[in-house]
Amino acid sequence: MTAPRDKFGRPIVVVTGMGVITSLGAGKADNWAKLTAGESGIRTLSRFPIEGLKTTMAGTIDFIPVEPFSSVGLSERLAVLAMEEAIGQAGIGGKGDFPGPLFLAVPPVEIEWPQREELAKGFGTTDFSYDDLLAVCGGGKFGTYHHRFQMGSVADYLAATFGTKGSPISLSTACASGATAIQLGVEAIRRGETDAALCAGTEASVNQEGLVRFSLLSALSTQNVPPQAASKPFSKNRDGFVMAEGAGALVLESYEAATARGAAILGVIAGCGELTDSFHRTRSSPDGKPIIGCMLKTLSDAGMTPEQIDHINAHGTATPENDKMEYQTTSTVFGERARQIPVTSNKSMVGHTISAAGAVEAVFSLLTLEHQRIPPTINYEIPDPTIQFDVVGNKARDARVTAVMSNSFGFGGQNASLILTREPA
Amino acid sequence: MSGTPALRAEPAEVWITGIGLATSLGEGLDANWDALNAGRINVDEKSFAPYVVHPWTQVNLDTQIPKKGDQRQMEAWQRIGTYAAGLALESAGVKGNKEILGRMDMVIAAGGGERDIRVDTTILNAQAKGNAAPGFLNERLMSDLRPTLFLAQLSNLLAGNIAIVHGVCGTSRTFMGEEVAGVDATRIALARIAAGQSDIALIGGSHNGERKDLMLLYGFGDYNLKDKFAPVWERAEHPGFALGSAGAFLVIESKEHALARGAKPFARLTRVVSDRSPRRKTGEITASLRNLWSGLGELRDGEAIFTGATGAEPVTSEERVFLGEHSGYAVRSTGTRFGHTLDTQFALGLGLAALSISRGSLFPPGDSSGVEIEMSKPPSQIVVVATGHWRGEGMALVEAVS
Repeated sequence: MTAPRDKFGRPIVVVTGMGVITSLGAGKADNWAKLTAGESGIRTLSRFPIEGLKTTMAGTIDFIPVEPFSSVGLSERLAVLAMEEAIGQAGIGGKGDFPGPLFLAVPPVEIEWPQREELAKGFGTTDFSYDDLLAVCGGGKFGTYHHRFQMGSVADYLAATFGTKGSPISLSTACASGATAIQLGVEAIRRGETDAALCAGTEASVNQEGLVRFSLLSALSTQNVPPQAASKPFSKNRDGFVMAEGAGALVLESYEAATARGAAILGVIAGCGELTDSFHRTRSSPDGKPIIGCMLKTLSDAGMTPEQIDHINAHGTATPENDKMEYQTTSTVFGERARQIPVTSNKSMVGHTISAAGAVEAVFSLLTLEHQRIPPTINYEIPDPTIQFDVVGNKARDARVTAVMSNSFGFGGQNASLILTREPA
Repeated sequence: MSGTPALRAEPAEVWITGIGLATSLGEGLDANWDALNAGRINVDEKSFAPYVVHPWTQVNLDTQIPKKGDQRQMEAWQRIGTYAAGLALESAGVKGNKEILGRMDMVIAAGGGERDIRVDTTILNAQAKGNAAPGFLNERLMSDLRPTLFLAQLSNLLAGNIAIVHGVCGTSRTFMGEEVAGVDATRIALARIAAGQSDIALIGGSHNGERKDLMLLYGFGDYNLKDKFAPVWERAEHPGFALGSAGAFLVIESKEHALARGAKPFARLTRVVSDRSPRRKTGEITASLRNLWSGLGELRDGEAIFTGATGAEPVTSEERVFLGEHSGYAVRSTGTRFGHTLDTQFALGLGLAALSISRGSLFPPGDSSGVEIEMSKPPSQIVVVATGHWRGEGMALVEAVS
């Protein structure tokens, strides 16, 4: 039997349950089948009018009804589904009684347009001020809007539903949020605070203003036709990311607790790392040092060397800047091996699930370890010659995979990486 | 209940070595301390009437945010926070110390999204006039929103701006979730240092209460204090909170780390606990506070409690029941003096607690309700309380360094 502690004397943190939902479908089985078949979940938007938009496609989840619709309501529903699957697989705790804390990566919440419009409908006049809105917002008629649009409302609902312990954490590190949620769980278990943690990321920000915001920052692909071909990580003709919705959830446990209850171990979170970039609000430091440092910290946290990593689940957003920086920094850390390690970007198929991405891609990385098969990066027709990764282009590849590095980089200088392995080291 | 772990035989002792306050009472420790002792409250009943606010004291932003370009990239809540964070770094003596800042961890509690009220109102009016053709909203948003406004709204961009302006670039995590987010950010920063996962951290938050979009959000639940200011303990007939504007940041570090660099502590941050009471029945909030109190460790009678009680009901009444069970403690309400600053209120309470301990006295009671009693001896323990207006309860124990 392997010692329950890692080489640094810390409790080993394992994964005993996983759940995922993306634009490809609900659940691990459906997602894995479509992911390895190279299918795209990106489609032309039907949720709202697309007139006047530069980007008209996204990886929306339209097969989960939410009434009345709100982005925050959908993000909550997606998290519920991913968590049900994860907790079900782990077989941990009782119904509504998860024996540990909740760490939830969730988009910042605010009042949304449909609700704002609902409020404005009450006026007989067509010339009202914001003060007029304020004058009619109270009295209980819109009381549910208060709860719905609290920043903590999604985590609060999840804590009540799944019976997680203590104060639920809602966090944002932008596009690295999902990885941060996992890191917080790993740290709590390593500190001995808990034997188990529920870590998840959820995202459902494809609404009009959400899309416009990223569009105004010129971050989104505008290659709308056909939508399935829009997300082109590592391709020369990539032109931005594709917004997407989804959720990923992981049940983390100490190795000791998991084995004591006879749980199946799906993988190990061997290392986590993060390092802030102070260069610019949306751009990486040109020398890539913060990202390089992030990867090195993660290797060091795992007690591993670059030689031991045999697959990289890239951030791979398909923005011109990200993919270039990711190659530049990875090649600094991995040297020649940067061209030999198979690299893939799940975002080519599911799009960029923003707050959820780190968690969704951790689930996919663990499935890669389980199946010894790497999902492809689709739309890889015109490789960018300056990015000399061994991209798993267009077709899934069988490979011996023992340790995956999964990277997440976000606005605000947020960099986070995870190393996932099949077995405790 | 979530609490700081005692996982090692000797977890690291954690000190508060820097405090940055930029509030409605002024900028810096002396200005806030003097105003508190003079019983001064900065409240504005007119500008947002009928809503009452505690407006920010304008400062020369250039002293902490030297580049105008940086100031322009932020909305007020981020400017307030970036400014206060700079004060905290200065107070801790680490401002500009690249070696330390490069490995300093940040755990920040943030809300987000100052909206462009003018754009929102124009769009809603046009829609009401029947101009709402398909794509109308798209077109208006595409043409009316300032391209970088989103970055001034994103919750994690407060931390992002602090990294850019002050070079705090070890790690950066942003917790959201109103009052208790401030507690949990502190709890986890403390737990990491105590366990040796971190040596030094910047914690805190900032809030701009002079925002009609927030008045709308809290107005949905009838939480806003209207018409006339009253101390938090005298609002039972007229409940609600007055939004406040404030930035409050603290530098916390292990005792070893502080000693090694010759830093002096304001106080010790001993323990932080938080919980989520389901609040289905009357009494659950009081019970949650009792439970948290029992998790703080050894408490001595005759000390002090700094609470962020909001003035909203029924939560404030439930908290008063709890406070009534500790009537020997000198209670001080930050809500009366600074208004309600949501995710920032807990850091504000911590900063004032550490300041009071370091100055060896408490500022005087803020009203005649009897909840706040005089304290004649120097405080050596102060419990900081946060009871969320809707969800979440938390406490911290701040102590004199022995």
